[in-house]
Amino acid sequence: MSNQNQQVVLQLNKINKIFNPNTPLANHVLHDISLQVSRGELVALVGTSGSGKSTLLNVMGLLDVSSSGELYIQDHLTQGLSEQQRTQLRSESIGFVFQFHHLINAFSALENVLMPLMLRYGKPSKEQTEYAKYLLNEVGLSKFIYKPTNKLSGGQQQRVAIARALVSRPALVLADEPTGNLDTQTADEVFNLFERFNIEHQCAIVIVTHDPRLSARCPRTIRLDDGRIVYDGASVDLPTNFQAT
Amino acid sequence: MLFVNRLLNLRSLHNLHSSLWIEWRIALRFLADNPLQTLLISVAISVGAAVIVFITALMLGLQNNMINKTLGTQAHIRIEATQQHNIFSEIAEGRYVWALESPRAQRLQTINNWQQVRDTLDKYPQLNAVSPLISGPAFAQKGTARSSVALVGIDPKRYHGIINLQEYLLEGEFSVTASDVMIGSQLAEDLGLRTGDKLRLDAGDNRQSVMNVAGIFELGVRELDSRYVYTGLKQSQTLLNLPGGVTLIEIKISDVFVADYWARRLQKLTGLYVQSWMDSNAQLLNGLQSQTMTTQIIRVFVAMSVIFGIASVLAVSVVQRTREIGILRAMGSSQQQILRVFLLQGGLLGLAGSLLGVLLGYLMVQGFNSAGQRLFEIVLEPSMLLSAITIATVAGVVAAMVPARRAAKYDPAVAIRYV
Ligand SMILES: Nc1ncnc2c1ncn2[C@@H]1O[C@H](COP(=O)(O)OP(=O)(O)OP(=O)(O)O)[C@@H](O)[C@H]1O
Ligand SMILES: [Mg+2]
Repeated sequence: MSNQNQQVVLQLNKINKIFNPNTPLANHVLHDISLQVSRGELVALVGTSGSGKSTLLNVMGLLDVSSSGELYIQDHLTQGLSEQQRTQLRSESIGFVFQFHHLINAFSALENVLMPLMLRYGKPSKEQTEYAKYLLNEVGLSKFIYKPTNKLSGGQQQRVAIARALVSRPALVLADEPTGNLDTQTADEVFNLFERFNIEHQCAIVIVTHDPRLSARCPRTIRLDDGRIVYDGASVDLPTNFQAT
Repeated sequence: MLFVNRLLNLRSLHNLHSSLWIEWRIALRFLADNPLQTLLISVAISVGAAVIVFITALMLGLQNNMINKTLGTQAHIRIEATQQHNIFSEIAEGRYVWALESPRAQRLQTINNWQQVRDTLDKYPQLNAVSPLISGPAFAQKGTARSSVALVGIDPKRYHGIINLQEYLLEGEFSVTASDVMIGSQLAEDLGLRTGDKLRLDAGDNRQSVMNVAGIFELGVRELDSRYVYTGLKQSQTLLNLPGGVTLIEIKISDVFVADYWARRLQKLTGLYVQSWMDSNAQLLNGLQSQTMTTQIIRVFVAMSVIFGIASVLAVSVVQRTREIGILRAMGSSQQQILRVFLLQGGLLGLAGSLLGVLLGYLMVQGFNSAGQRLFEIVLEPSMLLSAITIATVAGVVAAMVPARRAAKYDPAVAIRYV
């Protein structure tokens, strides 16, 4: 069991990302990023605006491709995979939560949560539906499961998005400023959910946040400045001059 | 562990491609989510489909009407004996001959072995009716009134398939026997004949016969109504002094537009002189062809505007849904799935629009048919409606091709940030 806790979910070796390479608009955003995330870790990714946090998250989530370097997700080297294989790996291993909750308004809360499963398996089974309802119940939305998502408040929508990210029991959850638009109290509640699922499901979670209170609650912090990792270690040891965002 | 993982991978890969369930669901929701847009484009498609259905039905009705009128009283293919011509003797090499040729008089000629030809033709199921008959000139006489006529000796059972005289009967009954003849209405008027009257037929050389007028028909073609006298085959053979012979074999086929092909085929088969209705009605044929072409052009243009309509609506919809496409991609949907979602939307729009359009077209045809003054009735065949729906649905999918491909190719990292 302790061996499994050490299991590496995500590994980056010297990842670089250059937008519009070989053009006058070339923009080198990520420089030689190397890091590892193991099963059950809760990691805060911090840095000033424009430092490359979202870009890094997109690369880690296979939404974007790196320009050079190696990216392993659960032992799979992702460079050289076809678009189809990347999609499959993404749907099996990764759950996303975005800043603007990014739900599909044409569907109800329950259907949004089930979406990753439906895209993969078609019509959801009873067990899958039950599990989605259970997750919605866990995030405190049992009353709203059949509501169209645009009828929900921002905090409620973000909770639907969290339930959706967890429904396929991914090994890795990537959250890009999930509390960015929420008031302090709602942000705390949403963060509590991340903490809870992190412990209960042992999924690794990487959260991008500008909120020092929340990053302090993650055991580990990675700080990015101008596309370089300037700190990677225990949150409690984060130098004070790095805490400002 | 890795092995299990691989098994799982294989299974999910299989599912990704075998199930269209989620694609249907997303496509339907996207359409329902924007009801006004969906309704507007459906109405636009339906108007296009209705125009196509109506104009096709109208042209079909018009052409059928013209063909029926023309071919109702005509065989599709006529087989005659080859005409007589002069045969020149061999001309020796290096010599030139001036010759004055006077064409030969064409006497009535019978078809050799016509029973055998008839039996051969009977074996083709595509030939609906094969009717040997004998036809030649004569005079009809009542009292002192005389009129030149065409004697047509028929086998009533077979001739029924060429012209159903029963349908054109004005008075009396359909009967051609040793003593009974049928005459046209114009001839009846010219000679003052009624059913039951006696009529003297004179084919020259003192071959005469007095016959009983059993019925009077009106084919609606003056030439025929003033000249045709139908008799039994034997009777005309005797009068025309061609015992046992026929001069003509008339044929009707199921598809009138391949008459040319059959004429050429039968020409080769029999070695006789074969003509199709297309040879003798070149003007009508020309008219029909230009009508068909006009209809075709209109249909193509309407179909094109429908296709571009669907394509433009979907192009807008793809842009509107950029962010949702990004979300779906992040949730693990494949490019193929996104492609299918939009192809399905195109197909569904085509289907919905054409269903509405077929209904509209049907109403238009009903309106046309119930309008007071009309020359003919339009018949809407279910097969035409079905093909209109099928074509529109396929057109919808085709129209969706370009926007759908664009949606599938979206970079998820960019799409997700789209607002
Ligand atoms: N698609 C793109 N094309 C070109 N440049 C891009 C693209 N996406 C991001 N960038 C650039 O990459 C840099 C890092 O952007 P990124 O969004 O990763 O920053 P961030 O740390 O997430 O900032 P924020 O905290 O404001 O969200 C910025 O300079 C941005 O302009
Ligand atoms: Mg960002």
